[in-house]
Amino acid sequence: MDNISVYRSLYQIRLFEETVLDNFARGVFSGTTHTYIGQEANAVGVLCQLEESDIVFSNHRCHGHFLAYGGDMRALFAELMGKATGLCAGRGGSQHLHWKNFYSNGVQGGIVPVATGMAFAEKLLNNSNVVITFLGDGTLGEGIIYEAFNMASLWHVPILYVVENNHIAQTTPVEMTLAGNIRGRFNAFGITATELDTSDVLEIMPVAKSITADIRSQQKPQALILNTCRFSPHSKGDDTRSAEFLAEIKSTRDPIMIHGKRLPEEARHKMEQEVTQEVEAAYHKAVNDPFPSLEAFEE
Amino acid sequence: MTDTVLSSLNSALHQALSANDKVYLLGEDILDPYGGAFKVTRGCSTAFPNRVIASPISEAGMVGIATGMALRGLRPVVEIMFGDFVTLAADQIINHLSKFRWMYNDQVCVPVIIRTPMGGRRGYGPTHSQTLEKFFLGTPGLRIMAPTSFGDPGGLIFDAIINTEDPVLFIENKLLYPLPLKNMLGDPDFDIISTMDEAPSYYVSIHGAPSASITLATYGYMAELAQKAMYRLAYEYEVFAELIVLTQLAPFNLSSVLESASHTGRLIVMEEGNLTMGWGAEVIARIAEASGSKSIQARRLAAKDYSVPASSLLETALFPGEQDIIRAGLQLTGKQKE
Ligand SMILES: Cc1ncc(C[n+]2csc(CCOP(=O)(O)OP(=O)(O)O)c2C)c(N)n1
Ligand SMILES: [Mg+2]
Repeated sequence: MDNISVYRSLYQIRLFEETVLDNFARGVFSGTTHTYIGQEANAVGVLCQLEESDIVFSNHRCHGHFLAYGGDMRALFAELMGKATGLCAGRGGSQHLHWKNFYSNGVQGGIVPVATGMAFAEKLLNNSNVVITFLGDGTLGEGIIYEAFNMASLWHVPILYVVENNHIAQTTPVEMTLAGNIRGRFNAFGITATELDTSDVLEIMPVAKSITADIRSQQKPQALILNTCRFSPHSKGDDTRSAEFLAEIKSTRDPIMIHGKRLPEEARHKMEQEVTQEVEAAYHKAVNDPFPSLEAFEE
Repeated sequence: MTDTVLSSLNSALHQALSANDKVYLLGEDILDPYGGAFKVTRGCSTAFPNRVIASPISEAGMVGIATGMALRGLRPVVEIMFGDFVTLAADQIINHLSKFRWMYNDQVCVPVIIRTPMGGRRGYGPTHSQTLEKFFLGTPGLRIMAPTSFGDPGGLIFDAIINTEDPVLFIENKLLYPLPLKNMLGDPDFDIISTMDEAPSYYVSIHGAPSASITLATYGYMAELAQKAMYRLAYEYEVFAELIVLTQLAPFNLSSVLESASHTGRLIVMEEGNLTMGWGAEVIARIAEASGSKSIQARRLAAKDYSVPASSLLETALFPGEQDIIRAGLQLTGKQKE
């Protein structure tokens, strides 16, 4: 992927999520949402090198993963609005997406054995697909994930566990919830874990690429721990962190700014305008889309 | 050698493994020579070493793994060693396995079978004797089945393993395992009619008896006790009952019970789980709603609302037994005071 396409992908996620947050207040969306602002480099860096038939299982904070996977903005907007044209016809909403080989679910931890089972199946079926699943630092508190790590290691399952450590779970800092360290938790099961502390997509891409290639060829699980920063609130308007802290991470850890500097100004502006138009068009299409009929409940 | 419920289930697992190479068994201690705590998987790992997988003691993880396998086109069958431990997998069953198909707008199907032995009367005490399916009944997207010694319990699970598109919780009452399969055609004392669908109900009546004045409805091992009780009700008290034995508990299909109860006007529902908020309560509610202006007198028999005691005297008193069924039958028909 060239620099400009990478930037396009980052920028698209940012704009999509800002559109969601801006319009939530206006009642266009209902329910909840967890935006990906600040973490875009993770999704793009990890997913841009997937093979067509690889599988992604994401969590509650899934919009960025979905868009980086190649998902359609209008279908995602529509799903968030509960429209018939949504990915799951409005049945799932923000946290429950499925399209091609992309899945997400909103219960912390529970997707980890499911994703592991998918990878196990791919192995048993002699497909060479890899599964990538995302979990947050807070989710490391769920016991079920360790059952899955254990089985993944025992049974040589081709899966990549991506821990996005944004150092916070809803409002609780990771220091209050995590004993020991994250890498050690994987190592205890004999799973190699690589750790990065960066918001630069170009640092994540090559590492993710080589790890995924190893998983595919060696048929063994690995972990990638990405230290990152969440700029947006956990959901909507529920950020308890100080304005100073937020200003600090936004000025030093913005993936869009970091990667954007690499592009010639003019090309970048042109591309930003294109993406802006695409996001707006997708949004307006979804706004005008119909709601589902009640046929879903017919027996 | 006559077939037992155990041998029928065991052969069905062998047949399913052999019929479709997408079928996998997962469970704790299911490998030979042990063959599972209740021996239902005996021989499977010898015959199909690559498709019978010994799991760590991770009930939730195992159900999650099976769910992922099913999403990718396999047909996994999970054994939970004791039904009591199914609660460990509750999040996987309720928030993942049973949800995916509908939540993803029917774009996936998740054919996982979870089979597990339930039930008491063996002195195993509070955490190894329960009947917990009521906590899962009514979970959207989840089918719950219970074999009996009527019909073909192996056929029931074989069909589920090979054909289901939705998750199935398959409840095997432990006391059924050693019982011989019922003689469905030539029983001198009972007439048994099957509804012949994929999860049949069985209508059991006393051979040559006048039309029944009471309907008994149940599933699993309770059907054995109900059958004994109806025999005694007939021959000792001249109270004639019709017994409906269900093999699918969820989604509800109560047409057989409704049909019988609207003829007899009296219904006793029986289960081995605790009484309160149980299966029987929902059955009676539905029959009441469906029976229109006709009134049906109803009774529930179930385990008392305590944990299952180990001591045999206490345990026997906790569960509904043959005598309780007879008493309820006599009371409902006015032959004995309440
Ligand atoms: C089992 C479960 N418990 C609680 C929640 C509510 N919840 C949703 S997201 C979240 C925080 C998750 O934190 P983390 O794993 O660090 O991911 P992040 O939100 O930071 O991306 C919580 C507590 C949930 N969805 N599932
Ligand atoms: Mg977090």
